Amino acid sequence: MSRILNHPIFGKINDRKQVSFQFDGKTYEAYENETIAAALLANDVRKLRVHEDSGTPRGFYCNIGHCMECRVTVNGQSNTRACLTVVQQDMVVESGKLLPNIIRRMVEEQ
Amino acid sequence: MSDVIIIGAGPAGLAGAIACAENGLRVTVVDEFIKPGGRLLGQLHQEPSGDWWNGIKEAERLHQNAMNLSVDIRCGVSVYNLEKCSQNWNVHTSIGTLTAPFVLIATGAAEYPVPVPGWTLPGVMSIGAAQVMTNVHRVQVGKKGIIIGANILAFAILNELQLAGINVERIVLPEKNPNSQKAGEPEEVLKSLLHASHLAPSPLLRFGSKFMKKDWIRKMGINFYPKNGIKINGTPLQLRKAALEVIGKDQVEGVRIADTDANGKVIPGTEKIYEADFVCIAGGLYPLAELAAVTGCPFHYVPELGGHVPSHSETMETPLDGLFVAGNITGIESGKIAMAQGITAGLSIAKHAGKGKNNINNKLQQAVQNIRTVRQNAAIQFNPDIDRGRSKMKQIWEDQHNNNNQTQEKIG
Ligand SMILES: Cc1cc2nc3c(=O)[nH]c(=O)nc-3n(C[C@H](O)[C@H](O)[C@H](O)COP(=O)(O)OP(=O)(O)OC[C@H]3O[C@@H](n4cnc5c(N)ncnc54)[C@H](O)[C@@H]3O)c2cc1C
Ligand code: FES
Repeated sequence: MSRILNHPIFGKINDRKQVSFQFDGKTYEAYENETIAAALLANDVRKLRVHEDSGTPRGFYCNIGHCMECRVTVNGQSNTRACLTVVQQDMVVESGKLLPNIIRRMVEEQ
Repeated sequence: MSDVIIIGAGPAGLAGAIACAENGLRVTVVDEFIKPGGRLLGQLHQEPSGDWWNGIKEAERLHQNAMNLSVDIRCGVSVYNLEKCSQNWNVHTSIGTLTAPFVLIATGAAEYPVPVPGWTLPGVMSIGAAQVMTNVHRVQVGKKGIIIGANILAFAILNELQLAGINVERIVLPEKNPNSQKAGEPEEVLKSLLHASHLAPSPLLRFGSKFMKKDWIRKMGINFYPKNGIKINGTPLQLRKAALEVIGKDQVEGVRIADTDANGKVIPGTEKIYEADFVCIAGGLYPLAELAAVTGCPFHYVPELGGHVPSHSETMETPLDGLFVAGNITGIESGKIAMAQGITAGLSIAKHAGKGKNNINNKLQQAVQNIRTVRQNAAIQFNPDIDRGRSKMKQIWEDQHNNNNQTQEKIG
C-alpha cells in the first residue's frame, strides 16, 4: 500500500530519512520512526506470522499493542509486537512460525 | 526517585503529569506506544464551531508543556504489574521496576472485539487500527474496504479514512448472534444512532432524528430502511445487511454479506460476496483496567461507562492509598474530558502529597466542576447515558465512604 504523503488537514510529509531492514530474509525500505507493522504494510506485506498450531495467516489487528496478533521475532527476540516496535537500520525481523504442539503430541502418544 | 508514576501518556496521563509538576512534584510517565499522546494521536474531527480537532497537535502541545516542566516521559515501556510495598508502589515495567508513593493509572480504552468468521485473516483490523495507520503512520490500509459495525467511532473514523482518500465501500452490521448482541440488531443500532444523531457526521441522520424520535416512526424507519442503505458522505450505511464471513486465502479478498429483516435475521437466498482488501471491525470501546484490577482495587459494572470500572471518587482517587485513575479507564468519553480528569487527578495527588498550599481545595473543586462543563459541551459522546453512569459511580463511592466512616466509628 502506498503512503499518504499529502493530507488535506495534516499537510505534506517530506524529508524523512529512509532506513532498510530485513523481513524473512528480504530487504525492505522504511522511514525512520516507523513501526514494523506500518513499514511492512507500506511494502504490501500484510502477513506477519502464522498461527503457531494451525499455521493459518495473521496480521496486525489493533495496531496499538492490545491484542498480540502482530508478534514477530526482532533481532532474535521472539514475541515482539510489530505495531509497537520502531524499525532500526539493519534490523532483522522474522515472521512468527509454526511450532510443534507438545501437548497434542503427548495426547497422540497416549 | 519520582513522587508520582503515571501509566499512560494519553490526554489524561499528560494533563495529570502537568498538574502534578506545576505543584512541585517529580513525575515519571511511562507509555508503551512509540510516542506520547495516546489515542489523541489520530483523532481528527470538525467541532460544531467548524474548527478542526486535531489530536496530533493537542498531543504535541501537552507533550511540550510536560517537557517544559521537566516531566520524565518514557515511551516504548510496558507496565505489566503493580503492587504496594509498605509506603510505596512498585511499578513493574519492561525496563525494570519503578517506585513511587503515588501512581496514576491512565491506560485509556480498548476496543470490543466482534468475532466474525474469517476475522483472523491479515487485512481485518479494528476500526481504531485503521485510524492509527492512516493518521499517525500515514500508510493506506487498503484500496477497498468494508466496515462491520455501525457506531459513533465507526462514523468518526470513516470520515477520517475518506479525508485521507481511502475508499470505504459500505458499512454493514455483524451477523446477529450472542457475540454481536445489539450491534447485530438493525432496530437497536438505528435507535442508538438516532440518539447520537446530533453528533453524527451525516446531515441525513441529523435531519432524520427530528422525525424519528417516536417509537412507531422508528419501527417504520427500519422496516422501510432502503435496502442499499443511506449514504454517509458517499459510503452507504447498510443497516439491513449483515457480514457472515470474511473470505480470503492469505489475506482478505472479500466479505460474504446477506440481507436481514428488521430484527437482524438473515433472509435466506440473499447472500452475496463483496470484494474488499481490508475490513474494519467496529465493536465500540471499554475501559482498559487490568492494571487497576491487579492492585486489588474494587470494581463496579456500570454499562453507561463502558463496562467494569475501578471504584473512584469525583476527585479521581481509588480506595487504595496513593492510587489514582483518570481518563477512559473510568468510563468511555472524549479526549477533552480525559484531559479535564487528568488535571483533577494531578491536583488530587498534589493535595494528598501536601503540596499546592491552601488554595489546593479550591482548585480541585474547580477542576471537578470543569469536567462537568466540558462534558456538557462535548462534540463527541460515546454513550448517551454518560451522566447517569457518572452519577451511579458517585453514589457508589459516597455510600462506600459513609459505610467506612460508620465502621471506623464503631471500631473507634
Ligand atoms: C481506537 C480508539 C479511537 C478513539 N477515537 C476517538 C476519537 O476519534 N475522538 C474522541 O474524542 N475519542 C476517541 N477515543 C476515545 C479516547 O479513549 C479518548 O479520546 C482519550 O484518548 C482517552 O484518553 P486517556 O488518556 O484516558 O487514554 P489514551 O489516550 O488511550 O492513552 C492511554 C495510554 O496508555 C498507554 N498504556 C495502556 N496500557 C499500558 C501499559 N500496560 N503499559 C504502558 N502503557 C500503557 C497506551 O499506550 C496509551 O498511550 C478513541 C479511543 C480508542 C481506543
Ligand atoms: S496489532 Fe494488536 S498488539 Fe500489535
